[in-house]
Amino acid sequence: MAKLSFQLNADDFLPASASEKESLVVMRESVGFWKDGFRRLKRNKIAMVSLVVVILVLFISFVIPQFYPYTYEQQIRGSENLAPMQYSQTELTTMETGGKVFPHILGTDNLGRDYAIRVMMGSRVSLVVGIIASVLILFIGSLYGSIAGYFGGWVDLVMMRIVDMIYTVPDILIIILLSVALDQPLKALAMKPGFQWIQVVGVNLISIFIVFALLYWVGMARIVRSQILILKEQEYVTAAKALGASSGRIIKKHLLKNCIGTLIVTTTLQIPSAIFTESFLSFLGLGVNAPMPSLGSLASAALNGMNSYPYRLFVPALAIALIILSFNLLGDGLRDAFDPKLKD
Amino acid sequence: MSGYLVDIKNERLSFFTPAGEVKSLNDVSLHVKEKEALGIVGESGSGKSVTAYSLMGLTAYPGRLIGGTLEFDGKRIDQMTEKEMRKIRGNEISIIFQDPMTSLNPVYTIGNQIAEAVLLHTDKTRAQAAERAKELLTLVGINEPEKRLKQYPHELSGGMRQRVMIAIALACEPKLLIADEPTTALDVTIQAQILELMMDLKEKLGMAIIMITHDLGVVANMCDRIAVMYAGKVVESGTTDDIFYRPGHEYTKGLLRSIPKLNEKEHNRLIPIEGSPVDMLNPPAGCPFAPRCKSCMKICLREMPEYTDLSDTHYSACWLHQKAEFAAARKHPAGIDAQKAGQE
Amino acid sequence: MGKYIIKRVAMAVVTIFAVATITFFVMNMVPGGPFMAEKAVSPQAQAALEAKFGLDKPLSEQYITYMKDLLHGDLGLSVKQRGRTVNQIIASKFPVSARVGGMAILLAVMTGVPLGSIAAYRRGKLADNIIIVFSTSGIAVPNFVTCTILMYLFSLKLGLLPTYGLTSWKHYVMPVAALALYPSSYIARLMRSSMLDVMGQDYMRTARAKGVSQRVSLFKHALRNAILPVVTYLGPLLAYTLTGSFIVEKIFTIPGLGSEFVGSITSRDYPLIMGTTIFLAALMVTMNVLVDIAYKLIDPRIKLK
Repeated sequence: MAKLSFQLNADDFLPASASEKESLVVMRESVGFWKDGFRRLKRNKIAMVSLVVVILVLFISFVIPQFYPYTYEQQIRGSENLAPMQYSQTELTTMETGGKVFPHILGTDNLGRDYAIRVMMGSRVSLVVGIIASVLILFIGSLYGSIAGYFGGWVDLVMMRIVDMIYTVPDILIIILLSVALDQPLKALAMKPGFQWIQVVGVNLISIFIVFALLYWVGMARIVRSQILILKEQEYVTAAKALGASSGRIIKKHLLKNCIGTLIVTTTLQIPSAIFTESFLSFLGLGVNAPMPSLGSLASAALNGMNSYPYRLFVPALAIALIILSFNLLGDGLRDAFDPKLKD
Repeated sequence: MSGYLVDIKNERLSFFTPAGEVKSLNDVSLHVKEKEALGIVGESGSGKSVTAYSLMGLTAYPGRLIGGTLEFDGKRIDQMTEKEMRKIRGNEISIIFQDPMTSLNPVYTIGNQIAEAVLLHTDKTRAQAAERAKELLTLVGINEPEKRLKQYPHELSGGMRQRVMIAIALACEPKLLIADEPTTALDVTIQAQILELMMDLKEKLGMAIIMITHDLGVVANMCDRIAVMYAGKVVESGTTDDIFYRPGHEYTKGLLRSIPKLNEKEHNRLIPIEGSPVDMLNPPAGCPFAPRCKSCMKICLREMPEYTDLSDTHYSACWLHQKAEFAAARKHPAGIDAQKAGQE
Repeated sequence: MGKYIIKRVAMAVVTIFAVATITFFVMNMVPGGPFMAEKAVSPQAQAALEAKFGLDKPLSEQYITYMKDLLHGDLGLSVKQRGRTVNQIIASKFPVSARVGGMAILLAVMTGVPLGSIAAYRRGKLADNIIIVFSTSGIAVPNFVTCTILMYLFSLKLGLLPTYGLTSWKHYVMPVAALALYPSSYIARLMRSSMLDVMGQDYMRTARAKGVSQRVSLFKHALRNAILPVVTYLGPLLAYTLTGSFIVEKIFTIPGLGSEFVGSITSRDYPLIMGTTIFLAALMVTMNVLVDIAYKLIDPRIKLK
């Protein structure tokens, strides 16, 4: 290592100044939590692709149907069972006389309804159910979990025993049960003024929401509770308490705010789970009422005609798979980016 | 052939992580004689543990040896295959780690884990290995060995667990025992017991020991020689007396100053070493300790200091040693070349 | 340990009881009572129902009667399948579902565990990436999508496998595969993250330092620790298989309890719906308890508390 050739001179042995020393100390820049997270997210190619897919799906489900020339319940006489891009006799005649007919991109079903718009609406219904259910779960679950976690002691004990019991109850069974049972009463209710919308949405869907609100929040509650348990030991909580902050304020301002990362991730992952359940139920015939389509009910209806019209089955089936997959991957990506505990 | 049990020359080792190349070891040279106790002292990140692990071939991916040689008992460790290394690990070189709570497998009994070391390197039967395990437990001072063999790690206290670790390490009577901060995770009273046990065993079994620690107090009693490491280099090396009574490097001096002394009559403040450790992703060009050194000179910022022999047994890497010589040599120009030639 | 078992069993009993109660009252929310079917019931069944359940008696009495019968294992008479009791129906259909479900669970564990372990061992490499892609897709794709795709490919297009019934081994292939896909993917992911976790533990380093080879350290030291979370998953796995069977049996026309249940929903055969619900709930709860106890037995850290 000895470098014979370099020259030492007297100046070298003079003391170094403070500024000279500082220039060597490079502190790694500290980045904010959000910026850091987003940077990590952007680097995750899979998550970014999923994000694009999700946005695309949302666009197709919510924006395009507004401008589409067909509606989901519109039955066009003479245009039954058209293949994709096929025109019926009536339509061809119209076109010959100069009229414009928008092509049936995915053909029509056996009642002459344009299939493409039905798939898009079905997708919208699935997404709406998924998102509303997840938001419901988010509120109920985080409220419950933060109360249990914050107050601890026997409050926590009792609350979590209840959670344990709810956890064991097989939810699908209860949903099915409730749907069957509420069928009549809700139908009766739908007749009354002001409740007409029940007919549109469908009795089953309401049952689904009720059950989600009753049973599905437990997972979220558990996660929030364990986060709170860790966070409440932090010093800034003690400081806030010492300053006389109320429990509600502490929970809202300090604890939940620090959970936001986890909350976002869990909710994003909850959406595909809810959609999964909804499509499962629709497939069994317990979802939205006809004529409103859901991807699950479309797939179920297409099962019989699988031989002759396979695409009628595949399009909704693959649509569900795609939606669920992209939300899952996005959720995974968010978790990798924002949940530092899980960083490997 | 150097005649040393351990001879590490100019070792360079880096870890190739997603964040970049972490230059963990930057030209490390040290040696250990048979039956000698060497203490390696330094802060976290100095490379002291990495040096020991590299001796056992435990720094595989993402670590890679990029320069230097490692010799143990006349054999070149750096050129060995994995299979050859396995024969040495636990057999001729053993290691005990810092945290006994997590270093033992929770799902297997103590007896099983000790016997495993025996069965791996000898031809003993299971029964014989179990006997040997019992012997070892007695050797390390654990009472009721019969009972302990069947117990699980979580049933023992921290001190006992560390004794078990030592028992495992000694199973095959190694020539070298590496102890990586063996007492840091233990209570102070237990610390003393464990160190005493190690000294005792060293005498009994004629082992060499490398004691890695950040605590100078630990090495004072136990070690014959001490190497002080900073930022991947050995900055000073000498006998225990050399280091404690005649410290050469500013870092060593700083370490000694920051030890609280019980017999101090005045209420002196503890003098910590200012600043923070080096970023090993971008190590500076000059002396790595420069920014924190109160005697830092201009040359220190530019050039890595060379080793200066302070005696037969003692050397240190610091430009300050050169300063006096340089000043002296200026009066005798012929002397410079002689000096430089002597430093190679 | 004994105390724990008693606690768990007690909770299980309470849960089953709660489910039965909920079921009963939910069913009675149907106007006209659950036994007033829309279609006409046979006179014998009608008479039997009225005699048995005393439909004119107040609800609380009906409830007590139902619960008493339940404790004797009597789930009542089917209103749509004349002359058959719910117990009979369940007894004849359940073994079919159990066979298919059992095979699916076995397949899921036998594929998920090794795949997850391989992915962890070869982390970041091609094998890992492939396994991650497949397992992530596997948990995202709903049951019926898998079933229909499989059916389309192997029955309609390739003509290799039959589409309905359960008479030969060929009939088992698609249903079992479809049912096993989700749990297999879930287990693979679970196993992978568990293995990665374990592989980073200090005791793995100790094993290497002893001279243990990579292979042995993985099989002996890592696996035993990593598999614990998978054992915990067995309970939910069973629940999933049960509910998944509804779809699979419907699509592949398998005469199991799942399709029976789905059929009873459509036909509004309330006693059958109730009976099946309670039976399935009891099954799930029991399995959960068994799995919990098994877990405590395997993990020595908990054994002696």
